[in-house]
Amino acid sequence: MFENLTDKLQRVFKNLRGQGKLSAEHLDAALGGLREAMLDADVNVAVVDEILQRIGEKALGAEVLLTLSPDQHVVKIVRDELGFLLGDQSKPRFASRPPSVWMLVGLQGSGKTTTTGKLAKWLASTGHRPLVVSTDVYRPAAREQLAQVAKAIGLPCWAATGMDKPLDIVRGAIRESKLSASDVVLVDTAGRLHIDDELMAELQMLKRELQPAEILFIADAMIGQDAVRSAGEFHKRLGLTGVVLTKLDGDARGGAALSIRKVTGAPVKFVGIGEKYDAIEPFYPDRIVSRILGMGDVMTLIEKAEQHIDQKKAAELARKLRHDDFTLEDFRDQLAQLKKMGPLEQVMGMLPKVGPFANIPRDTQVDEKRLKHVEAIINSMTAEERDDHSLIDGKRRKRIARGSGTSVQQVNEVLRQYMTMRKMIKQYGAAAARGKLRGLGKFSGM
Amino acid sequence: MITLFGPPEPTLLERLKESVSKTRSQLAGTVETLLAGERQIDPALLAELETALLSADLGPRTTREILSAVKEKVDRQALTDGAQLKAELKSQLVGILQEPAGSNGKSAAETGNDPRVTFIVGVNGTGKTTTIGKLANRLRKEGRSVVLCAADTFRAAAIEQLAIWAERNGVQMIRQKPGADPAAVVYDAVAAAKARGTDAVLVDTAGRLHTKSNLMAELEKMKRTAAKLVAGAPHDILLVMDATTGQNGLNQAREFTGHVGVTGIVLTKLDGTAKGGIVVAIARELGLPIRFVGVGEKIDDLVPFDAQTFVDSMFE
Repeated sequence: MFENLTDKLQRVFKNLRGQGKLSAEHLDAALGGLREAMLDADVNVAVVDEILQRIGEKALGAEVLLTLSPDQHVVKIVRDELGFLLGDQSKPRFASRPPSVWMLVGLQGSGKTTTTGKLAKWLASTGHRPLVVSTDVYRPAAREQLAQVAKAIGLPCWAATGMDKPLDIVRGAIRESKLSASDVVLVDTAGRLHIDDELMAELQMLKRELQPAEILFIADAMIGQDAVRSAGEFHKRLGLTGVVLTKLDGDARGGAALSIRKVTGAPVKFVGIGEKYDAIEPFYPDRIVSRILGMGDVMTLIEKAEQHIDQKKAAELARKLRHDDFTLEDFRDQLAQLKKMGPLEQVMGMLPKVGPFANIPRDTQVDEKRLKHVEAIINSMTAEERDDHSLIDGKRRKRIARGSGTSVQQVNEVLRQYMTMRKMIKQYGAAAARGKLRGLGKFSGM
Repeated sequence: MITLFGPPEPTLLERLKESVSKTRSQLAGTVETLLAGERQIDPALLAELETALLSADLGPRTTREILSAVKEKVDRQALTDGAQLKAELKSQLVGILQEPAGSNGKSAAETGNDPRVTFIVGVNGTGKTTTIGKLANRLRKEGRSVVLCAADTFRAAAIEQLAIWAERNGVQMIRQKPGADPAAVVYDAVAAAKARGTDAVLVDTAGRLHTKSNLMAELEKMKRTAAKLVAGAPHDILLVMDATTGQNGLNQAREFTGHVGVTGIVLTKLDGTAKGGIVVAIARELGLPIRFVGVGEKIDDLVPFDAQTFVDSMFE
């Protein structure tokens, strides 16, 4: 069955754990597992072998850090190597004189038109005045699609009515951008195969005309080994300045990001993470390495938490934790805050797959309905009951069940969950106070 | 001629061979170099072969299985030279692709007087709408009457795109407004086809990632709706997969099969350099048959899949 890179690495490193020294034999086993994992993640086989060779050399070489155990050491090397390969975060480029032209190129179906809409929306949200235009005169209804996308996000689209030559269309768009004082023109090009000489030549012609600030290669996160060839050819012809990885909201590991970076040197600048037009974000190389290596997308999770969690309530909760008076009322608040962070499945997916979260089943559906029941149950309690759960006897449980339209069993279940959480929080609080978060220390050092 | 209504006839095999072999040049080239002449079978040769199979997106497990079977024969000295090795590899691949489907991949039998309903499903951007245009063309050439169902009510201009294909094929299309319930469009289309005595309904669905449970549930609802009007409908659920897809293709096939019961794969965009080797892994692990391959942008660039031809063209 499918096992993702994260799980696989963890299995490999679990075997390494407890070893005092990293032997060549263990390293071989680790690298073998790493190879299969990366291949499963669609990193190109040539790229994989090159990475592994370097990792092997470094792991056996002189750079041994005395503070790390062998498995931590290998993880650190792998992490550094992948991070190095992906490069630093890279900002989008603009021309010194407007309009800046961004050309979006790629294979058919990689998501160019949707990404054009998303980028336009993102640009508008950062104070730019984007204009979008489609030069796809080939695919049925392609230009109509971009027009509808632009309408949906409320931004202008140059329709180029009556024109059917890409060059005429972009010239018209540049003129229009000057009239409407748009500072970025997003050019959505037709999807094409990298071996289609005629259409590739068309892109080169458009590039000469437009002198774009960005030529973005739009790549599907699910693409396999061929990514190196298509991206490589687009790069050879056009000189790519950046990559947008789309459809990353699925379960593809996105190993192609490594392959494409390797053959083009172009940094991934944005990632598409959903069907809505605001589902695009800047790419953070260290985050995707973390995700690949099993730390989960912790940074994104933290950011989300910061955006959605009420700081005052969080401070209040912290105070309560110290004084050991975490009540059912607080329990309800916690659930409400959790819900604000978005669909629970998405939040779960960002959790690391090691440490305290290792045993959370990832494929089970988080039942949002059950959360509603929990809320209803707590809402049906009196203020006194919420303050002191020990008041809630059998009779009160019956009343609460009736009031919330649930059963006594469900009420019991909620109380049990509350008690567990209370206990966990107590332990966590005590541990944090002593500065001994041993379980967390293991991967915070990676 | 069309496997939607019966067994495939190898009429267009030469064509497939031609376009596929063009795209297989790298793998074929590698294998040719490896196997030409007097080259001995040694670990280095097997390693190069492994790289070639991995580059074709067969995936680490499938590659390992094929190679270990080959290695075992080499060890028994059943294979002694490059030519034998090549024949053995081919037969391994054909064996996997021809293996009878298990419980998966069974399309419903005869439909009597009712229209035969086919759902076209898949993740975003694999070429579902284009495939419908090409399938409609095949059915028309076969003398079948066709209704297209514009059940992708989500993506911008998806309905317009399908309408152009309907016009090119001279067939009718049933549509509602963008944003309408896709199951309602399915209802309209199947009811219309039934009333008019149409032979086939091709249902275009919105691209959806297999991990989105709400969208998979939507597909299940569309399936139930079709079954209400015509017993056994949808008779086929074809999963459209892009030949550039990597190992995630297995998850796609597994999830779509789990939710709605895929009856076959359509492998598109095989005219590029991507090899589409993921279908070998899918056939091996899920027993799903590959029904058609897309080999170009023209309306007749869709041909029935044939395992022997597919594998032969990898090595020629």
